[in-house]
Amino acid sequence: MSKDNLILDKLTSSEYKYGFETNIENDSAPKGLNEDIVRLISSKKDEPEWMLEWRLKAFKKWQSLTEPKWPNVKYPEIDYQNIIYYSAPKQQVSLDSLDDVDPELRRTFEKLGISLDEQKRLTGVAVDAIIDSVSVATTFKDKLAELGIIFCSFNEAVHNHPDLVRKYMGSVVPMNDNYFATLNSAVFSDGSFCYIPKGVRCPMELSTYFRINAANTGQFERTLIIAEEGSYVSYLEGCTAPSRDENQLHAAIVEIIAAKNAEIKYSTVQNWYPGNKEGVGGVYNFVTKRGLCEGNGSKISWTQVETGSAITWKYPSCILKGDNSIGEFYSVAVTNNMQQADTGSKMIHIGKNTKSRIVSKGVSAGSSQNSYRGLVQVLPRAVNARNFSQCDSLLMGDKCGAHTFPYIETRNSTAHIEHEATTSKIGEDQIFYCNQRGIDTEDAVALIVNGYCKEVLNKLPMEFAVEAQKLLALTLEGSVG
Amino acid sequence: MLIIDNLKASIEEKQILKGINLQIKAGEVHAIMGPNGSGKSTLASVLAGRDSYDVSDGSVSFLGKDLLDMTPELRAREGLFLAFQYPIEIPGVSSTNFLKAAVNKIREHRGQDAMDAVTFLKLIKEKMKLVEIDQSLLSRSLNDGFSGGEKKRNEIFQMAVLEPRLAILDETDSGLDIDALRIVANGVNTLRNKDNATVIVTHYQRLLDYIIPDFVHVLYDGKIVKSGTKELALELEEKGYDWIREDEQVTS
Repeated sequence: MSKDNLILDKLTSSEYKYGFETNIENDSAPKGLNEDIVRLISSKKDEPEWMLEWRLKAFKKWQSLTEPKWPNVKYPEIDYQNIIYYSAPKQQVSLDSLDDVDPELRRTFEKLGISLDEQKRLTGVAVDAIIDSVSVATTFKDKLAELGIIFCSFNEAVHNHPDLVRKYMGSVVPMNDNYFATLNSAVFSDGSFCYIPKGVRCPMELSTYFRINAANTGQFERTLIIAEEGSYVSYLEGCTAPSRDENQLHAAIVEIIAAKNAEIKYSTVQNWYPGNKEGVGGVYNFVTKRGLCEGNGSKISWTQVETGSAITWKYPSCILKGDNSIGEFYSVAVTNNMQQADTGSKMIHIGKNTKSRIVSKGVSAGSSQNSYRGLVQVLPRAVNARNFSQCDSLLMGDKCGAHTFPYIETRNSTAHIEHEATTSKIGEDQIFYCNQRGIDTEDAVALIVNGYCKEVLNKLPMEFAVEAQKLLALTLEGSVG
Repeated sequence: MLIIDNLKASIEEKQILKGINLQIKAGEVHAIMGPNGSGKSTLASVLAGRDSYDVSDGSVSFLGKDLLDMTPELRAREGLFLAFQYPIEIPGVSSTNFLKAAVNKIREHRGQDAMDAVTFLKLIKEKMKLVEIDQSLLSRSLNDGFSGGEKKRNEIFQMAVLEPRLAILDETDSGLDIDALRIVANGVNTLRNKDNATVIVTHYQRLLDYIIPDFVHVLYDGKIVKSGTKELALELEEKGYDWIREDEQVTS
């Protein structure tokens, strides 16, 4: 074995540091999925009739669908009857203050480096923490309410803001959109809801933290963000899960809607458990994220740093319906060991003078497979649509793979579409150059990868960018080739 | 400071260095000259610790420690610096960030605290003047899109910031125009003091007009076949390497 491979082997064995499990009592549904389970979930949530009907309709639809096979990922057949579709930490139903949160739960979040406490006020981040699909704490609700901003769990929104939920839920990701989205529509247990009224600039970052804790549990959450005319919001999402030998399913939906001149920034640092070195365990991350630039001059920007999950299948997309609207997608997807990622974006140009930008940076190490899949579609009415796509791949070692599947469909001859792609390797000579200046190999890799991803990391809110940089270094510790 | 004893090294089974002996003391400047393929760059690489070379025999002591036993980064932290013949490009990493990481690794090794941003910026401002390097170059990605001359100047700039005990300049003069050559030489001369030493690896005598060596060694076919003072370099320039070749054949 060459020296490089030794280093690679040694360093890719770094442990997943969020793999602990919290011992809190759970209220779980029995394994399996049928109409009764859907009804059970709905009744646990004390949902109104219309919500249950919506779920049942989705469930019916789901039964007629088959799992998509086109992604460039391989995994054993998922037994949908062997999954628990509802699990919630047992605790008081409504929480008036953080003091009511189960102390064990709070310790969990402290371990994860997320403080739900007052210190968040200083850093200006409002957090909605979701554990096993149930929102356990939302901070700063009152302060935000003064501005008319609604930031709460999805379940609360169903009860307190049914008009908004009924109006927008499923308007961007229809209930029958795809296999996993339909499954989510039937069994989702909670999620985050956010509404920014007309002309309001949300003064702090809104953040949701997702954690799968219970075993054999699927996590199906929904996020719905609505930004009214001229408003602005920056939204962050983070995720971790305990290390387990069996695979866990995460099938979420994120729908965001930007009205005229509104701007939404959505940032994700995804660090679900990726499985061990041999590829045992890990989260299957099958997520549908889509934004609608409904009004003229609106803007939606997705930024994601994906380092976790055994399998990632997600394509945060923008529908550019309003004239002069802008869609952006900035992504760093890192795969190591046996991880597989099939991720990218869709930009659908409908309005005039719409612009989109895709910057995708893939980093593959170990025996992982990393695919970019993207669609740029220009519809007949989209005069002067512009797109720029850049897909870069960085390879480490000689056992991993990087793939690019760009699709372009143009039905308007005034469209300008540019696509650039590069593939590079971290060179031995780059490492040696760093070594010769006193920088060891691990730090050199972190330095080089961070340099490579800089364009995307710069798009993250400050606090997250630092976390993401550390995460990159941790995920890739020295996987040099 | 550096004692090389009977050093033999090969790459892919091909022996390049066939028993090098060399002693360098603090305060000295040594020039190593020789025709293409004589092993000059290999010697520089082996000393810096590039792992594509296998050392089959001999020893190297650096400041009393076994150099060959150290990793490349440890050699650097102990004060060995190689100015690369072909400096490497690292996109997205600014020269400033790169150097800051290097400076702090070396400081950590010496048991010193990390340098804060203000002190560091002051340090590089001061060193920038030495090699007449532009600030804008430092905020750009390391060596990325630099001209040949800019890359070489950047190497000497890094050397100025890191203040090594022993600097090896591998063909630093190649590809430099006369102004750049003067700037580089001026930098090296300014940094020269009684505690550090410099090894200049070069094909031509040209650089030695600007940096006056104390000793000149001629490397031929993996061995040092002739040593002398700066006059030897002039003689080589005049008679060419064939003269050594003939000489070598006579003596062997």
